[in-house]
Amino acid sequence: MNIIIILLLPLIATVLVCIPFQKYWASGVTVVSSVAVLILSARIALQVAAGNPVITTLDASIFKWISVDGLSALILLLIAFVATTAAIYSVGYMAHQNLRPWKLRLYYANYNLFVFSMLAIPVLAEPTLVWIVVELTTLCSALLVSFENTREALEAAWKYVVLSLMGAGMALFGFLVLFAAMQASGSDGAYTWNGLIAAAPSMPPVLLQTAFLLILIGLGTKVGLVPMHTWLPDAHSQAPSPVCALLSGIETSAILYVILRLFPVMHASPNSHAEKWALVLGLISVGTAAFLLLQVRDYKRMFAFSTVEHMGIILAAVGLGASVTGYGAMQQIVTHCVTKSFCFFAAGATLMTVSTREIAAVRGLIRQSPIAGAALAFGGLAIAGAPPMAVFLSEFSILKAGLIQKEYVATGLLAVFIVIAFFGIMLHINRMVFGAPEQNHPVAENVGNVHLPFSCRLALILAAVPVLVLGFYIPQPLNELLTQAAATLTK
Amino acid sequence: MSDTTNQLLDNLNALAVGIFLLTAFGIVAMRQVRGVLNLFILQSLMLAASAALLGLWHHSEHLYGVALVNLISKPIIVPWLLRKTTPEEIYSRREISQVLNIPTALLIALGLTILSYFLAQPLLNAVAPEFRGPNVPIGIAGLLLGAFTLTVRREALPLLIALLVMENGAFLAGISISRNLPLLVELAIATDGLIIVFISGVLIRAVQKHVGTTAVGKLSSLKESADEPSAKEAEK
Repeated sequence: MNIIIILLLPLIATVLVCIPFQKYWASGVTVVSSVAVLILSARIALQVAAGNPVITTLDASIFKWISVDGLSALILLLIAFVATTAAIYSVGYMAHQNLRPWKLRLYYANYNLFVFSMLAIPVLAEPTLVWIVVELTTLCSALLVSFENTREALEAAWKYVVLSLMGAGMALFGFLVLFAAMQASGSDGAYTWNGLIAAAPSMPPVLLQTAFLLILIGLGTKVGLVPMHTWLPDAHSQAPSPVCALLSGIETSAILYVILRLFPVMHASPNSHAEKWALVLGLISVGTAAFLLLQVRDYKRMFAFSTVEHMGIILAAVGLGASVTGYGAMQQIVTHCVTKSFCFFAAGATLMTVSTREIAAVRGLIRQSPIAGAALAFGGLAIAGAPPMAVFLSEFSILKAGLIQKEYVATGLLAVFIVIAFFGIMLHINRMVFGAPEQNHPVAENVGNVHLPFSCRLALILAAVPVLVLGFYIPQPLNELLTQAAATLTK
Repeated sequence: MSDTTNQLLDNLNALAVGIFLLTAFGIVAMRQVRGVLNLFILQSLMLAASAALLGLWHHSEHLYGVALVNLISKPIIVPWLLRKTTPEEIYSRREISQVLNIPTALLIALGLTILSYFLAQPLLNAVAPEFRGPNVPIGIAGLLLGAFTLTVRREALPLLIALLVMENGAFLAGISISRNLPLLVELAIATDGLIIVFISGVLIRAVQKHVGTTAVGKLSSLKESADEPSAKEAEK
């Protein structure tokens, strides 16, 4: 029942924010609904962690396709967390833009629809329905990417829509082939993730593998796997910063979750090469992103490329042998999600301070705005994987598991790429935060309003807590959830 | 049903699917934007016809549902939505500057169609005999030709239609191999197609208003190095 409420809340909020009312009405409604969703998701996560997966007993058509196990609960919780911090951040960030009231209402209506479409991904268990909500995430976020209506933003949104939908077309065929494989196996179970696993051993392998590849390539476009990543840095850098946090922090992981759902199905089928594909695509993504990180000129694009890198790490981790590295991969999803959303909040704070996205134009940020500077330095260190922070721990456990698996070459490559990416990110961050102005390059003037809005500072602090805490302490229920999610991968 | 009726239905289905393929070729090459839209409408009608014929052949209500949903959504609502959202001017455009010239594009399209027959063969061998037919290879061809159209076209509306052609192709192949998809899912997919049209239409209008062009394929200001785009624009 809670799940239905979770799905209904953003929809109700969408309707409510359209009502013209006070200045802070739309943002207030969004924050309240996000917090409520977060609380309900946390309750579901706790319930699942205690060993009671949610399976609805209602028999009406749509309800029988809802189920939440460990993996779903984890993703659901992360979506709710980022949606909440981003909603809080939006209050100050969007007020700072001095938009007309209708434009602001449009933003929040779109925001809530986007959150709804993402929340629906993990709770639905019917693959074609999942495909539909994945497509909805593209469509609901397209107008958020183009929100500023600049030439660049519109171009980014157009690329985003065209490439994502192109991928979605391939994935649709993949899901239909998967359905055909299910029918050909003679199984009369329901077409759900679990039904697929049960039917997998008797499916014709050729159909299953075709479906897997189509879905991997199709949805991989939306995850931003190289070479289908070209739209990602554009879209993830042009959208307003809170939306970037949603897009980069959680949307990519949520889509990756759909791909991960196919791994147990492939495991159950004889002679599948799912993990090899994942390893190769993952390593290519990490490598390409690592080298691109060295030469970016726009700091929001830098964080976007870091998303490509992290998606690659997760996929490569699963490819290294999910039975051992599964826990690390799940941990990486969590740490990437909390850290990347923090990074985009910090990037947004920087943008508010200096009003330019160019790395070369930002020097000595810590002197202009201590909060933005400190946040950017912290975010950069955290996402690059410096020791006391969460990402370090998860990357370390992936590499360790890779060595246990005796995959020395792949693990070594992964480690090298991670180190290159670390240097790439820290090179730029260090110059931006502490560097002295260069002689021949104009440095952006401080626009005068160094004072960050209260809600932005609050969101920064809220988002920073898990980044720090998960670096040395994983709460018991979360640990339980991670273990369950990792077990789902190899069931 | 008797064998002759089945034979007739099979032939009619092959005819519909053949016209489907021809329209996909036309969408690759046709210069007039309005013509592309008309071809797409014809293609959707052929998809609906194929679904109805297969439904008649295999006594499947699901396929009648697919046919009905397609008949209503694509040929009727899509053009209406496009007229609501996109600027009128867009239809009267002729696209001169495709990336490849038309004979080359058609030749590559032909190659893709032959390729799709090879791709479909292992799939067809794995399913039961009654699922075999022209739908799967031509559906895959539709998918590939749609993707190909996306890469050679520059004008906004043909690009949008190329996306829908990909979906049509996936469907055409899908209806013949996976027949019993719940009707709710079919309805949701159709609604999804309409949202695609709506969102893209709004984007096209915004691009035309703020950038002053509908040749969205030519937009290229976002690049890795900041110097490149200005140099490229100077060349033009």
